[in-house]
Amino acid sequence: MVSVDADDPATPLKAQVEAGNVTMDVADIETSQAIRMCDEGLLEPIDPALLPAAPDGTLAVDDFLPGALTDCAVASILWTTAVAYDTTKFEGNAPTSIANFFDVANFPGKRGLRKGAKINLEMALMADGVPAADVYATLATPEGVAQAFAKLDTIKGDVVWWEAGAQPPQLLADGEVTMTTAYNGRIFNAIANENKPFKIMWDGQVLDYDLFVVPKGAPNKDAAMQFIAFATDTQRLADQATWISYGPARKSSAAFVGLFKDGKTDMKPHMPSSPENMTNALFNDVVFWADHDIQLNEQFNAWLLK
Amino acid sequence: MVETSTAPEAVLRTHDGRPLKAALARASRRARVRAFMLVVPLLAFILFTFVVPIGQMLFRSVNNPQFSSNMPELSAWFSANPKATPDEAAYAALASDLVAAAKNRTIGAAGTRINYDVAGTRSLFTATGRMAAKLAPPWQAALLAQNPGWGRDDLWAAMRAASRPITASFYQAAADRKLDASGQFVRADPESRIYVTLFARTFAIAAVIMGLCLVLGFPVAHLLATLPMAKANLLMILVLLPFWTSLLVRTTAWMVLLQGQGVINDLLVALGIIGEDGRLALIYNQTGTIIAMTHILLPFMILPLYSVMKTIPPSYARAARSLGATSWTTFRRIYLPQTVPGIGAGGLLVFILAVGYYITPALVGGATGTLISNQIAFHMEKSLNWSLAAALATMLLAAVLVLYWLYDRLIGIDNMKLG
Repeated sequence: MVSVDADDPATPLKAQVEAGNVTMDVADIETSQAIRMCDEGLLEPIDPALLPAAPDGTLAVDDFLPGALTDCAVASILWTTAVAYDTTKFEGNAPTSIANFFDVANFPGKRGLRKGAKINLEMALMADGVPAADVYATLATPEGVAQAFAKLDTIKGDVVWWEAGAQPPQLLADGEVTMTTAYNGRIFNAIANENKPFKIMWDGQVLDYDLFVVPKGAPNKDAAMQFIAFATDTQRLADQATWISYGPARKSSAAFVGLFKDGKTDMKPHMPSSPENMTNALFNDVVFWADHDIQLNEQFNAWLLK
Repeated sequence: MVETSTAPEAVLRTHDGRPLKAALARASRRARVRAFMLVVPLLAFILFTFVVPIGQMLFRSVNNPQFSSNMPELSAWFSANPKATPDEAAYAALASDLVAAAKNRTIGAAGTRINYDVAGTRSLFTATGRMAAKLAPPWQAALLAQNPGWGRDDLWAAMRAASRPITASFYQAAADRKLDASGQFVRADPESRIYVTLFARTFAIAAVIMGLCLVLGFPVAHLLATLPMAKANLLMILVLLPFWTSLLVRTTAWMVLLQGQGVINDLLVALGIIGEDGRLALIYNQTGTIIAMTHILLPFMILPLYSVMKTIPPSYARAARSLGATSWTTFRRIYLPQTVPGIGAGGLLVFILAVGYYITPALVGGATGTLISNQIAFHMEKSLNWSLAAALATMLLAAVLVLYWLYDRLIGIDNMKLG
C-alpha cells in the first residue's frame, strides 16, 4: 500500500490524474474539492448501491445525512468550525452566541480566525443578525459581502490569523487569544487528552464533511470501492468517534456512538451533529464556494492588506 | 589507387599507418565523450528536476485548454466569427458542447475556467449541464429560459477569450487586471486588487531584510576574519549551529519568544518597561516576518562576507593608517571597497532567498507580513488555479532575473564571491 500524506490530498490527486500516473486508490478530501473535482472529471463516480444498508434496513441513500453522498464521493465524517474559548478568561460571563465573538468590548481579548474568506464571512453575517438559512443568499450579493467585511472590520485589530488546524488550540493555550474559531476535533483533543480549560460554543458553527473519493484511473478501483463500502458502514462510522469528536455521516450511526478511548467520556454531546449543538448551525454551501472562492478570497486578501 | 595515396609522405602517421591528426582528434574525442558521460547523470537530473518543471510552469501560465478542449464547437464558432455578437448558431454550439461536456464529466473544468474571469458562473455551467439533455431548439431561447445568466455580455467576452488555449489573461489577472464586458482588460475593482501591492511589499520586505542582514552580519564577519583562530572557530560554530537547525524549529522558537504572552514581552513587563496592557505586537505582522527571516537568512550574508574578508591583508589598513588616514577614512576608502564582492554576493543571496520565502511568513506573518509566495501557495493548494499560480511565479522569477541583470550591470557578476 502506498500512502500519500498531505495536508490537502486534493493537490497531489489533481497532479496525479492530470499526469496520468495515479498511485492513490482512495483519498479523503473536503466537500468543495470533491464536488469541483467530480465536475472536472478527475474522480470515478461511486454507485450508492454498493454501500451497505443500515442495520434496520434503511438504504444507504436515505441513511446518509443530506449532502453526504455525491456523485463521486461518500462522506466519512462530519466536522465543524466553531468558536472555542478559554473558560478561565470568561468566568461568570461565558460567551453564548456568535455575536459575542465579535463583541470585544464585553468579551475582551484577542480573537483567532482562519486566514481565508470561507467561514469567516458566514460567521460575520450570522453575528450581524442574518439567519443561518439566509447567509449564502446574502453573501451572493455585493451588499452582503460588504456587510460581512464591515462586521469583520469591527474586530480586525484584535485578530490573530491562523492557517493550520493545530494552531488554534496552541494560541488558546499560550494565552495569545481568548477566543478562536477552530476545528472541533482539535479542541476536543486539547480538552480530553491535555486537560485544557477550553470549551466549544456551538452557536454559529459551520459544518462540513470529509469524503472518500477514488481518483480517475486508480490502479485498484474495485478494491477501493469495496474499501469505501466497508469503511462507511454504520458501525465503522460510529467507531471512529472513539478516537476524535468528528460526527458520523450516517444517521443510523448516531445510536452506536459510544465512549472515548479513555473509556469514560461519552462522545455523544461532543458530536457537532448532536441536536443540542445544532440550534444555530450552518452547512457549508459548496456550490456557493465553488463559484465565489477565488473572487471572495481575493477580496479578503485585499481587505487584509488595507 | 592504393599506390597513389601512399606515395607522398608529407602527412605524419602513427605506427599503424593512420594520419596522426585524425588519431589525435579521435583520442581527444573519446576523452570528451568520457567526460560527458560522467556529467550525464547530473545533466539528466537538472533537466528533469529543474528545466522541465520550470518549462512546464512557464507554459502553463500562458496555456490553458480547460475551456477550448471541452467546448470545441463553441470555440470553433468564436474563431469563425471573431467579432460577431452571439447568434442562434453560437447558442446551438454552446448547447451541443454543454450536452457533450456534461456526459464526459468535463463540464466543471470548462466552468471553472470561465469562473476565473467572471465569478459565479461555474454553477451556471454545472447546473445547465445537469439539465442539458432536456434542451431543445431554438437554443438561444431555451438556454436563456434555463438561466438568464447565459445572456450576460461579460460571460460571452470571457468565453471568447478562453476559446483560444494560449492566453495572456492569467498574467493580466496577476497584474490586478480583469476582463470587462466588451472584452478589454481593465483594472480590477479596488476591493480585489492584491497582487501588485503584494509584489511591492515582498520586494520591500526582502530589501529591509537584506539591509538588516548586512548591518548585523558585517561586524560579525569582520570579527570572524580577524580574531585568533581558536576564538574565530568558536564564533563560527555559533554562526553555523542555527544554520544547521531546521527552519521550522527556528521559526517556532521565534513564535515562543515574540508572542504577546512570550518570553520577550514577559521580560519587558517584569522589568516594568511596558505595562501589562502595552504588550508589544512583535509577531503575526510584518515585524515578526522581518525579525524571523533576518535571523534565518543571516548566515547567508555572513559566510560570503567572511570568505572575502579573510583574503584582505591587514597590511593595507595598516599602510593607510601609517600614511595618516583616520580610522573612518581607512574603513571607507580601503577596507569597504575590498569587501564589495562579499557584500554583493551576500546581498544578492539573501534578497533572492527572501523574495521567494514561504513557510516563515506563513507562520509568523499574520495579515501584513505575508509575501507573494503565500498567494502562489494558495492558488496551488486551495483554489487549484495553477495557471494563475504559474503566472505569479513566472513574474517573480522574471523580477529576480531583472534584478540579477541590474546587479551585473552595476557591480558586475564576476565581482561576486560566494566563498
